[in-house]
Amino acid sequence: MSDGVILAAKDLTKEFKGFFAVEGVNLQVRRGQIHALIGPNGAGKTTCFNLLTKFLPPTRGSITYKGEDITSMSPADIARLGLVRSFQISAVFPHLTAMENVRIALQRKRGDSFDFWRSQKVLSEFNDEARSLLNDVGLSEFENTNASDLSYGRKRALEIATTLALNPEMLLLDEPMAGMAQEDIERISALIKRISANRTILMVEHNLSVVASLSDTITVLARGKVLAEGNYATVSKDERVIEAYIGAGHG
Amino acid sequence: MTAVTETETTGIAVQQARAGMPLHHVAIFVALLAAGLVAPFLLYPVFLMKVLCFALFACAFNLLLGYGGLLSFGHAAYFGSASYIAAHAAKVWGLSPELAILSGTLAAAVLGLAIGSLAIRRQGIYFAMVTLAFAQMVFFFSLQAPFTGGEDGIQAVPRGNLFGLLSLRSDFTLYFVVLAITLGGLLLIYRIIHSPFGQVLKAIRENEPRAVSLGYRVNRYKLAVFVLSATLAGLAGSTKALVFQLASLTDVHWSMSGEVVLMTLIGGMGTVFGPIVGAAIIVTMQNYLATFGAWVTIIQGCIFVVCVMLFREGIVGVIAKWIRKPL
Repeated sequence: MSDGVILAAKDLTKEFKGFFAVEGVNLQVRRGQIHALIGPNGAGKTTCFNLLTKFLPPTRGSITYKGEDITSMSPADIARLGLVRSFQISAVFPHLTAMENVRIALQRKRGDSFDFWRSQKVLSEFNDEARSLLNDVGLSEFENTNASDLSYGRKRALEIATTLALNPEMLLLDEPMAGMAQEDIERISALIKRISANRTILMVEHNLSVVASLSDTITVLARGKVLAEGNYATVSKDERVIEAYIGAGHG
Repeated sequence: MTAVTETETTGIAVQQARAGMPLHHVAIFVALLAAGLVAPFLLYPVFLMKVLCFALFACAFNLLLGYGGLLSFGHAAYFGSASYIAAHAAKVWGLSPELAILSGTLAAAVLGLAIGSLAIRRQGIYFAMVTLAFAQMVFFFSLQAPFTGGEDGIQAVPRGNLFGLLSLRSDFTLYFVVLAITLGGLLLIYRIIHSPFGQVLKAIRENEPRAVSLGYRVNRYKLAVFVLSATLAGLAGSTKALVFQLASLTDVHWSMSGEVVLMTLIGGMGTVFGPIVGAAIIVTMQNYLATFGAWVTIIQGCIFVVCVMLFREGIVGVIAKWIRKPL
């Protein structure tokens, strides 16, 4: 089962008024791998991501997660199955502290928190766990800092800590390195590598050196369709991929 | 070495403050209680009761706007219909005041559930428009329905005896009952804001897609806070009906919905105490500038413009910024 497919998309299509942003994409993500989705601008990577997490409804096609058809589920229910996504722009809760950000995710363990009559003191049971997650991403000293006051790289780190707090089986990371300085990239790369130990990761990423060093499998998208798939060595030599990236006529 | 221990101790202090009610909030609540107990000896009790009812109304509205991030432009519907039901219950059904208030409040909760479950499907300006449209329907219903008394409203509502024992005929006695209701309501709102539910609410206000991606079914939280807000607005409206012994079209009119927005913004949206200050200012202006007639609205408008231009966080919001503490 460790080699099995955890997330599969079949004939995934999204049409916006006659324009096919994603067309007939078949994708199989194997359990335990880091799978990268790359492609030139406008290739449909983010749309594909939004379809997989149901933030956009697909026009056609089906999605199965761990053998279960999730095509008609709501995004919140998909997250509850253990398939958690991040966003391209940093997604933190700006006016909550780093600690509170992580606790929002940890709080999910209580089920639905509709208990408006109880003091938030009950949430302090999650403090130690939140601290250890913040420590994992190097944010220990910022636990009482508002997320809005953190640097960009640290916001991304906080986002990863929040995602990890759900202990998801599978993570979908939408451009985790976008807009990061080199030293942050190295830190986050190492972090992704570390958290992939017992998880499956699907990520969209522009930074090809990151993709090369991290991913087991790469799927190249261009104009909404799958162009090539395989490991970095295979994909980087594929002529259609080279053409899509550099343009025709470069021989 | 000392630097480390220092950050550590302040860190712990901040955290303790975040867990329980911070000391300065306790101090403000105590001060409010003290002021509330002394005030009727200095000022006209009916005026004070009006301030209290509107303070509770504005705080209920702020729960939805400031903490749920939802701008309702029809909160008069809950305030007003609760006022009608409470007045009807006390006058026609002959219920005691506590039961009359309870009926009005429950009516507002049911109405909030009905309107809220439709309105939360839309966002931003569309949400505001849907709530306004429903509030207008409530207004026309109140105008036409036989039991509301049309243009006359329900007049001479008996205040009755609290729990069948304590006569509320005297303004002075009623004042302390209203003070207790208002403070109780404010403490409940404070608790809602600082509960596990309140945390999720703030997360949804700050970044809804992210809250969804963490597995929160956000519409249920929005509906819950909508109903809570409508219910508390109803509590304020029911109480008001007993204070003035009157339920009228003014309470369901759209300008009432506008007024509560004004109070909240002037006092400070998303602050615990701001709406109380905003309500006190607006009610005071209406009362003491009443001699200017229609000019009151113009003065109100000017104050609103100045507020929005100079201090968007509202009066209490600005003070909170100065002292660098949440209020």
